[in-house]
Amino acid sequence: MKPLVLTLRAQPDQRLDLSPLVPHRLAGQSATEIERLELQTTRRRVTVGDIFRVALGDPQNMRIENTSSRLDLIGHGMGDGEIVVEGDVGNQVGRLMTGGRLTIKGSVGLWAASGMKGGQIEIADTAGDWLGGPLAGEMAGMRGGVVVVRGNAGDRAGDRMRRGMIIVEGKAGNYAGSRMIAGTVIVRRSAGPLPGYLMRRGTIVLGHGCDELSPTFLDCGVHDLVASRLMAAFVKDYSAGAAAVFRSPLRRFAGDVAALGRGEIFCA
Amino acid sequence: MRELIVNGVRIDDTFAEAFEMRATALTITAASARWARQAAVTMTGFATSVIGCGCEAGIDRELTPRETPDGRFGVRVLLFAVSTTELQKQLQNRVGQCVLTSPGSACYAGLQGEETLKLGNAVRFFGDGWQISKRFGGKHYWRVPAMDGEFVCEATTGLTKRAVGGGNLLIMGASAGGTLAAAEAAVKAIDAVPDVIMPFPGGIARSGSKIGSKYKARASTNEAYCPTLRGTVDSALDEDVASVLEIVIDGLTREAVAAAMQAGIAAVIKLGPKRGAVRLGAGNFGGKLGPYHFRLKDLRP
Repeated sequence: MKPLVLTLRAQPDQRLDLSPLVPHRLAGQSATEIERLELQTTRRRVTVGDIFRVALGDPQNMRIENTSSRLDLIGHGMGDGEIVVEGDVGNQVGRLMTGGRLTIKGSVGLWAASGMKGGQIEIADTAGDWLGGPLAGEMAGMRGGVVVVRGNAGDRAGDRMRRGMIIVEGKAGNYAGSRMIAGTVIVRRSAGPLPGYLMRRGTIVLGHGCDELSPTFLDCGVHDLVASRLMAAFVKDYSAGAAAVFRSPLRRFAGDVAALGRGEIFCA
Repeated sequence: MRELIVNGVRIDDTFAEAFEMRATALTITAASARWARQAAVTMTGFATSVIGCGCEAGIDRELTPRETPDGRFGVRVLLFAVSTTELQKQLQNRVGQCVLTSPGSACYAGLQGEETLKLGNAVRFFGDGWQISKRFGGKHYWRVPAMDGEFVCEATTGLTKRAVGGGNLLIMGASAGGTLAAAEAAVKAIDAVPDVIMPFPGGIARSGSKIGSKYKARASTNEAYCPTLRGTVDSALDEDVASVLEIVIDGLTREAVAAAMQAGIAAVIKLGPKRGAVRLGAGNFGGKLGPYHFRLKDLRP
């Protein structure tokens, strides 16, 4: 069956909330019904039909074409199906996602995968700050699923992460994995200063070290662990490059002892 | 009892009577095949019979690095018990005392099931607070710090309530040597069948038992199959039988046990009476106790 294709007519005048455009909410709707859905974030009413050309197809297999960085909340609460976005998008991509697959063939803004619980997000270019992080007032960030960033990630990737895995094939910004509760962040190249800042538990793996490691991380030596093999076996399906980080023994730093101190940073 | 003779081996018109059991499976890995096997052998030691050992356990097969979760050499182990509670107890004790302690070992679920048993979830407390939980790929692992690094153990393993215990073959020969040769041939053939174990030493039991005893014991020697008592008891043995050995088979499914018995029967028949056994039989309790009946004539090649 053909995919459901939404093609942006022109750059929108305001930021748009695309949270209604997820497979489970579009199931069984006609093209007219989809075109009537409201997307505005200001008081000026905007519908899907104003913004997109709709080519009706299988909502379990959606395409969004000719995109804009003003399109926020793509894949919000998505539970199944697939969305492929051709280009850059805005903030909170895949927020509260529980399943399915979201592919962004461009860059994403802030808080991508925020509060994500399951599924998979692939970002072909760069991710903004707070990748997988919580919004203000939330106790935890990402809680499951897998996020793969083929480019670089901004600051505080994996902030307050509780479960799941973030794989960054490029570099990560400052404070990667800050305040982590659990989960795994893998950065194939280097991270900025102070990765794992105040992390309680969880695992950060750095393929090329970091600009500055906090003195509150304690050197535990170089180890060839079975857990590395398990992580490599899982990661290779998403990123062969990131899986290669596990090929040689890794130096383990335990911390952040300024917090609970049960977390760890592995450096190649 | 009518007999069927195939390649000179007499096959009794009887059946093996088997019982429902609870079972689970584990994958044990280590840095080398030798150490994976060592952990598995230690864990499945003293597990010949539920009567005296609490469980019956054995090695199903060896695994190549491609077949294991961590890409190292491995061994698949099966455990059987009469209740879920006893199986959980045996699993926890045996993994904790025999696998956790073995150098470089790791332990994973070897069976997927709707119901689960605690594996790493029970052993993790050895970590005394330093254990680390990791979840990815739909799996949950525990990393327990140990003196040679870490013991990695999957949190749970599957439980099956459809397992079958007590499949058996009675191999009767004209000499002790020939009987043992036939039993060894049967064990070798059954080893190739997946999802079954033969819990007795080397897969063979020389002391087949009957239920009850004149003393306070749950089981005692099966005098009807003891050749030295042939003249004094109601013996089941012919004049030409000087030795009897038994192979007991536990399997994850009825089909696995049937396939194992079939392989064993075929191996004994192929060896023939001159080099092996003169007669094949099976143990049962009249068919009133166990729900599974494996008729030898249905399983012959």
